[in-house]
Amino acid sequence: MTDASIALNRFGLGARPGEDPGSDPRKWLAAQIESFDPRPEAIASQVPSTQVARDLADFYEQQRLLRQAAGPKAQQGAVPSRPAVAQPPMAGGAAMQDMQSAAPAMQPGTMQGGSMQDGMSAQPAGARIQAKPGAAGKPLYEGEDAAMLARREARRVQQQIYVGMVSARALTAINSPTPFAERLTHFWANHFAVSADKLELVGMCGTLEFEAIRPHVMGKFGDMLNAVERHPSMLLYLDQAVSIGPNSPAGQIAARRQAKNRSGLNENLAREIMELHTLGVRSVYTQADVTEFARAMTGFTIAGIGRGAGARYAGTAEGEPGTFVFADRLHEPGTRTILGKQWSQQGEAQAAAVLNFFATHPATAHHIATKLARHFAADDPPPALVAKLEKAFLSSGGDLPTVYRALINAPECWAPQPAKFKSPWEWSISAMRALGTKQVQANAVNGLMGQLGQPTWKPGSPAGWDDVAGAWAGPDAVMRRVEAAERMAQRAKDTIDARQRAAELFPGALSPATAQSIARAESPGQGLALMLVSPEFMRR
Amino acid sequence: MTALSRRNFVGLGASAVLATAFGSRIAFARAATERRFVFIIQRGAADGLHTVAPVGDPAYVSQRGQLAEDFAAAPKLNDMFALHPAMKNIHGLYGAKQALFLHAVASPYRDRSHFDGQNVLETGGTSAYQLKDGWLNRLLSMLPADDKAIALAATIPMALRGGVEVASYAPSSLPDASDDLLMRVSQMYQGDQQLHGIWEQATATRMLTGDLVSDNGKNAADTGALAAKMLSAANGSRIAMIETGGWDTHAGQKGRLAGQLNGLDKMVGELQKGLGPLWNNTVVLVATEFGRTVKINGTQGTDHGTGSCAMLMGGAVNGGKVLADWPGLADAALYENRDLKPTTGLDTLIGSAVASHFDLNPLTTTKKLFPDVQAARPLQDLVHA
Repeated sequence: MTDASIALNRFGLGARPGEDPGSDPRKWLAAQIESFDPRPEAIASQVPSTQVARDLADFYEQQRLLRQAAGPKAQQGAVPSRPAVAQPPMAGGAAMQDMQSAAPAMQPGTMQGGSMQDGMSAQPAGARIQAKPGAAGKPLYEGEDAAMLARREARRVQQQIYVGMVSARALTAINSPTPFAERLTHFWANHFAVSADKLELVGMCGTLEFEAIRPHVMGKFGDMLNAVERHPSMLLYLDQAVSIGPNSPAGQIAARRQAKNRSGLNENLAREIMELHTLGVRSVYTQADVTEFARAMTGFTIAGIGRGAGARYAGTAEGEPGTFVFADRLHEPGTRTILGKQWSQQGEAQAAAVLNFFATHPATAHHIATKLARHFAADDPPPALVAKLEKAFLSSGGDLPTVYRALINAPECWAPQPAKFKSPWEWSISAMRALGTKQVQANAVNGLMGQLGQPTWKPGSPAGWDDVAGAWAGPDAVMRRVEAAERMAQRAKDTIDARQRAAELFPGALSPATAQSIARAESPGQGLALMLVSPEFMRR
Repeated sequence: MTALSRRNFVGLGASAVLATAFGSRIAFARAATERRFVFIIQRGAADGLHTVAPVGDPAYVSQRGQLAEDFAAAPKLNDMFALHPAMKNIHGLYGAKQALFLHAVASPYRDRSHFDGQNVLETGGTSAYQLKDGWLNRLLSMLPADDKAIALAATIPMALRGGVEVASYAPSSLPDASDDLLMRVSQMYQGDQQLHGIWEQATATRMLTGDLVSDNGKNAADTGALAAKMLSAANGSRIAMIETGGWDTHAGQKGRLAGQLNGLDKMVGELQKGLGPLWNNTVVLVATEFGRTVKINGTQGTDHGTGSCAMLMGGAVNGGKVLADWPGLADAALYENRDLKPTTGLDTLIGSAVASHFDLNPLTTTKKLFPDVQAARPLQDLVHA
């Protein structure tokens, strides 16, 4: 590969027609650090997390009222409530619940296990379809009651928001004049992965990337970390919003009342912050550190979603729904010991100080450097490159542009052999860029990503998607790309000469074998399809 | 979510690509006439010399070598030409004077790129990408038709695109990637260590055969039957275009082309059967973008050439003859020392045939369909009035 081709493909998202990294591709990449737009139109026009949260809050409130109206008889045998937001047990009525727990008595057993993997298509068990889905607010199923109807409507709305955000993400990527910066955004979104596996996350998942990642892609790692760990998507996804210090005022009340709804410390987010977001798995911390950090984190929660007495007590009932709030009455008091250091700060300052300590820790520098090197250079990250990035990270206090410049200047990233197999997202975006796509139809990208095996913001795990060829270069996966390529090419075949376009996409780096395959294609559309699945196009 | 099923794959949105369950693709257009016209395009440059072979040419056997073996016992059409033995239905049509072959024909295109050659063939221009609509669509505009046209295809083929609206018919199931594309991907990945192995596995369970060859021609027959059904409906289509692929026979041509021709033969046979009495009002045109080299290459195939063979079939065709201003196969007679020299324009054939068939003025029709082609004298008596 030539430097120009590497800049376009390995660092970028594949060339758009006419895109030219110029005579100094490194300069072209570095300039993107300055010109990155964190809030382009497609993204700015999406609903913010506060709006998603308000819709959810209304939904949960409606469910609560419906349950009350149904009376105690109807609640017999109901699936027990399981609060998803801090909810001291003395509080009457549910605050915020996830979908499973909100399911009424009519459908015991359905949707248990917590995941709604398939884009919320779950139907009530035993329900008989009476009509095709479509008209909002009308019963679809025999026996569907008001609560079920509301839940279905909530799903529909959340799914609509989700699909719109997937389109906005793709639209931004395919039209971006700063593809390297967009790639970094995608990298960080996967580093701080949330997954739309439960209702709260479906409409919310994209907002983490738009609100907490993008504004900090060209800033300090610590600022991004602080924004992410206070964002409602993350607080909901990793159950932080329901974590209560056992010795906090709320925890004490719960203990005295011996409430049947057990609530207390939840160390999910604390663990993933240390394992995935900062220090790295099996690095410098112990289980005791995780538990201590979880105690420090108690009180990190969200305002305005739960509106019951418990939320009022905790001080989270008021405020703009979805905004971060530190709830003193949920916080575990006392000094914490984490990584051998004493943390005597009070309230929010305690966890914030620990987060900032993690943000510039050498273990974090190594972890981030390794992941960046793996993402841009090779599945087995070259140790020399990792060392350079680590040094840049540490010496700058986690200044990300400093790290990116080290990446751009490292010869390991400019090895002529393409070393990375594109993920489905990277392949799809580069294909649309190659074809000069400027608009995407609602649900088109969502459908494509599902078909190719990488549904957006649904990695199914806080570890995010794997970043090695083994995860993507499989027989069925490649066959699906070929099928998708043929359909994409058929739409564009009469407007693009694949011979010329392929040369533009891989300046000075198109192999004679690929050029010949394309030139010998039986039709223009077939030529384009071959271009999109050529070895050059499959890798970067 | 592991994946959407193919059926659910709405892929690329509103203009989502839909295609037939068959290997080849059909597009229909409807016109207010009782006459039927079907254009079967052979994508990939079909070898006319291996379809209607000039066995009477003194240079034939020495030039064609191994390929001539197929015609040792092939049915003779006249003193000069024999028909490939795989084309049994079409041979029957020839005997019934319902098939006519025109040899040494070509569009005005003189280079050897499939891309450009098909564009010229379908637009009716003199060079690639010069015209933005297709001659079949312009023909529609000349017919007394105000009905909407219909396409049954992945996309409307270039020949049918243009000012006259052509709607589409989309069967329920979506196809896998076409066999021909899969074959080419195999070739492309051959030198790639990683992708070669992956692809071998991916294709292990799939038959990598040409579009018309697959399923022993059943798909081709089904396509012909479906086209006949669409053309037979009381208010149905009057014009159809069927796309066939798999004609690019660079290697192992004998078996592959025999399969292709067998598929084409079955397709035409089903068309005739399905159309019933309407067959008498039908003209089927078969044409390809250009021909292939006269000599065989090192892998028992042929490479991109120039002159080829076109066919007219149907009850409305004044058949039972091979028309050719035969240039000869001797080395000195070849175009650029390698190809069959074209002596008749495909545009002249098409203009003459459709003008007679739809009772249009041959000169103005040819001018409309092929605006920049220098008018040749229309061919007479191709179609019964």
